Amino acid sequence: MEKQQYAIEMRGICKSFGSVAANKNVNLNVRPGEILALLGENGSGKTTLMNMLSGIYKPDSGVILVDGQEVVINSPEDAKRLGIGMVHQHFKLVDIFSAADNIWLGDDKSGAILKKDRYTTVRDMAQKFGFDIDPRKKVYNMAVSEKQTLEIVKVLCYGARIIILDEPTAVLTVQETAKLFDVLRRMKASGHAIIIITHKLNEVLEISDRVAILRKGEYITTVDTASTDEQRLTEYMVGRKVELNIQRPVVEKTRPLLELRDLTIKNDEGAVAIDQVSFYIRGGEILGVAGIAGCGQKELCEAIAGLRPIEKGMMIHKGANIVGLPPKAILEKGISMSFIPEDRLGMGLAPSMSVTDNMLLKKYDQSKGPFVDRKTGRAEAQQIIKELEIVTPSTETPVRRLSGGNVQKVLLGREIKAGPNVIVTAYPVRGLDINSSYAIYDILNRQKKDGVGILFVGEDLDVMIDLCDKIMVLCHGRVMGVVHAHKTSKEELGLMMTGALDLRNKHEDKPAGIARDSRIEDREEEEG
Amino acid sequence: MNDPINVLTLFLFNIILVNIPLLYGTVGEILVEKSGSLDLGVEGTMAIGAIFGYLAGCAANSLAVGLLVSFLTAGLCGLLFSLLTVSLQANQNVTGLTITTFGLGLYFFVGKGIGERWPAMTASEGLVKGYASLEFPLLSKLPVIGKALFSHNILVYLGIAIAIAVWWYLNFTKTGLRLRAVGENPGAADSVGVNTLLYKYVHLIVGSGIMGLGGFYMALYMSGSFEGSNCWINGYGWIAIALVIFANWNPALAILGTLVFGFFNTLQIYSGPLAGVFPGPLGWLNAIPPQLYKALPFLITAIVLVASSVRKREGSGQPAALGLNYFREER
Ligand SMILES: Nc1ncnc2c1ncn2[C@@H]1O[C@H](COP(=O)(O)OP(=O)(O)OP(=O)(O)O)[C@@H](O)[C@H]1O
Ligand SMILES: [Mg+2]
Repeated sequence: MEKQQYAIEMRGICKSFGSVAANKNVNLNVRPGEILALLGENGSGKTTLMNMLSGIYKPDSGVILVDGQEVVINSPEDAKRLGIGMVHQHFKLVDIFSAADNIWLGDDKSGAILKKDRYTTVRDMAQKFGFDIDPRKKVYNMAVSEKQTLEIVKVLCYGARIIILDEPTAVLTVQETAKLFDVLRRMKASGHAIIIITHKLNEVLEISDRVAILRKGEYITTVDTASTDEQRLTEYMVGRKVELNIQRPVVEKTRPLLELRDLTIKNDEGAVAIDQVSFYIRGGEILGVAGIAGCGQKELCEAIAGLRPIEKGMMIHKGANIVGLPPKAILEKGISMSFIPEDRLGMGLAPSMSVTDNMLLKKYDQSKGPFVDRKTGRAEAQQIIKELEIVTPSTETPVRRLSGGNVQKVLLGREIKAGPNVIVTAYPVRGLDINSSYAIYDILNRQKKDGVGILFVGEDLDVMIDLCDKIMVLCHGRVMGVVHAHKTSKEELGLMMTGALDLRNKHEDKPAGIARDSRIEDREEEEG
Repeated sequence: MNDPINVLTLFLFNIILVNIPLLYGTVGEILVEKSGSLDLGVEGTMAIGAIFGYLAGCAANSLAVGLLVSFLTAGLCGLLFSLLTVSLQANQNVTGLTITTFGLGLYFFVGKGIGERWPAMTASEGLVKGYASLEFPLLSKLPVIGKALFSHNILVYLGIAIAIAVWWYLNFTKTGLRLRAVGENPGAADSVGVNTLLYKYVHLIVGSGIMGLGGFYMALYMSGSFEGSNCWINGYGWIAIALVIFANWNPALAILGTLVFGFFNTLQIYSGPLAGVFPGPLGWLNAIPPQLYKALPFLITAIVLVASSVRKREGSGQPAALGLNYFREER
């Protein structure tokens, strides 16, 4: 029997950007009805390789075959014609358009006049593929998972048979990911060829048939998923043996550094996002915050950093009230916040400025005299590039040119360089490869050993159980309890997250989230 | 002249007659900006359309030729802008300013150098006839508004027709939808196969052409006279850029914006006569120093600019990628 023809075959693909060789002699193939996972560290050239299939980039050399025919893909239009559709790492949607109009944009079949019936047409098409979307909803009103769905529907509507998904799960919750995988399996069954990029190895093992691995732009190998495991995949990716376990050093704890008492915060719509929350962080401990996405995590982080007004309650840092202080004053007290938003580029960095300039961004006012002190900034940039193994041609490269994961390392590196005593970090490993993720955990642990108090808003419960000292669970803006990480389980946390289990009054003598040696009581005694 | 009704009628009539060239500039710029290009060359583009359209119109003794040539020559300015910013990725602000300087320079060169030797417009029967008022059959007989609204030259009606057509095009056609996508997020439009390059070129050329028609109108309004040191366009190009913001990038609202601006612009001239014939209710118009009238349109524009800058992102018609060059491989 003849072997089934490949839907896509790439042979000897090379692509450079200036002096950076993003892809060196890469080979890749995928059959119809197959899911191929593409694996590689941050900056190893995965996105670049896929962008050559979708017509965004043109290869410097190498050939691409679609259904056995050699093709040249000069533009996204060509890719569309060949039945290749890609869901990009950073969504490509027009924010102010409705879902239907975003799809209609690329539709060649309907007439020249926009008619109202496009809404029903789009809804029907989506339903045919098994999706439920609101065709009139504007993109700026959509949650990430809805945008993701819209991108997939869009690709399917254009009749793609080869579907590329670039880190689709990085910003999805566990439940949403499960739903996405159901969809992918269905598409696979109907004969689509699928390429998926993800950094989460458990997902790779769950969904893919084969795995192709890139390392620093070079093609390493393609293996059958059934005959491999996380350890081996990591070794292919990194090129050496790596230990995959997270330390939890025990450190002498100080009195509470940051205490929040009965805090109430509203979200942008004016609804209560955080409802009478109390907790405290000691120096030398990592407090995890677990919760289903959108349970007030973002609002909480913003309020601590002084970016969002506080409706009610106290926020005490080393015994001093910090409610109502401007962000800069809070920063000067040594409270640093790094929030990796869902769109990852959106917050904290200036994309078109260089790595050095971004390092200087938060302390532009500390240099003496009217000139910018680039020298120390550059030295610091060099240091974090080395410590975090950031892939960049130089310290002067604009941040937006870096790969998605490397951008994030710059952000986190800068926060730590500022020498804070409280670190608030949300989703710091979103989109990071395994090695970098562990590097980040390591950095946080080092900070913890230095007596820094860390608030870690996370997604992956396994990681949080291994890394954090205590975990606070939020459900609809309310605390469901604070548990010791080594005494809890994923199941318990899961129940608390959905609100089925309430451990606020587990200890009769001590309400959750209020320290016995609180500095707030000191103050009240002084005042009283 | 001293009949109150007459003065009022003339005042309203002139609001439209004198200011419709602004509408051309504004609508042309809206079309250009919707493709994501911020073209600051409106003044120069209108000047080029004015001078060449007028000379060609005189030479051919035909309004249609004048219109066509003003559209084409101004369109060339749009083509130049596209070449520089879309293909060669030059800075849009600098390019726009260059086109203004270049356009005005060429205007004065041709106008002062050659233009004075051309016959005045009165000698071109075709232009005079073409510019004459067209009266709507019954409507023009209405008191006051009949004259003020329904007996204008053909370019007034054409300007309003173009504004409405562009509004319809932007909102109700698929090409219009794609154009808006190119201005909002060229990367998104590109990724679904919209030819962003072509869209930018075409709309820059057509938009600039529409501006040129406004320039031609100004030439006719000034009857091709080169007396004085001012350019025919006299700053209308700059005001058009501000009116785009006033109109929130909506060509239909641009009609309203033109009339509001035109009201104050014309009041400047008519404050005296109006105060004279209505000494009771409008006598105070005379008490206002004339300098203030000169400043008023610009003051209003400034206020509108400030007011519209606080508008929320969702309601704003400003294209998100306005002023940014797009290059597919850049990220
Ligand atoms: N348009 C561009 N201009 C300059 N350099 C680029 C460009 N696109 C990618 N690069 C560089 O090519 C390399 C590979 O980037 P790419 O985005 O393909 O990595 P990736 O594997 O997708 O990483 P991640 O997992 O972080 O998304 C990086 O070093 C990046 O800086
Ligand atoms: Mg990538």
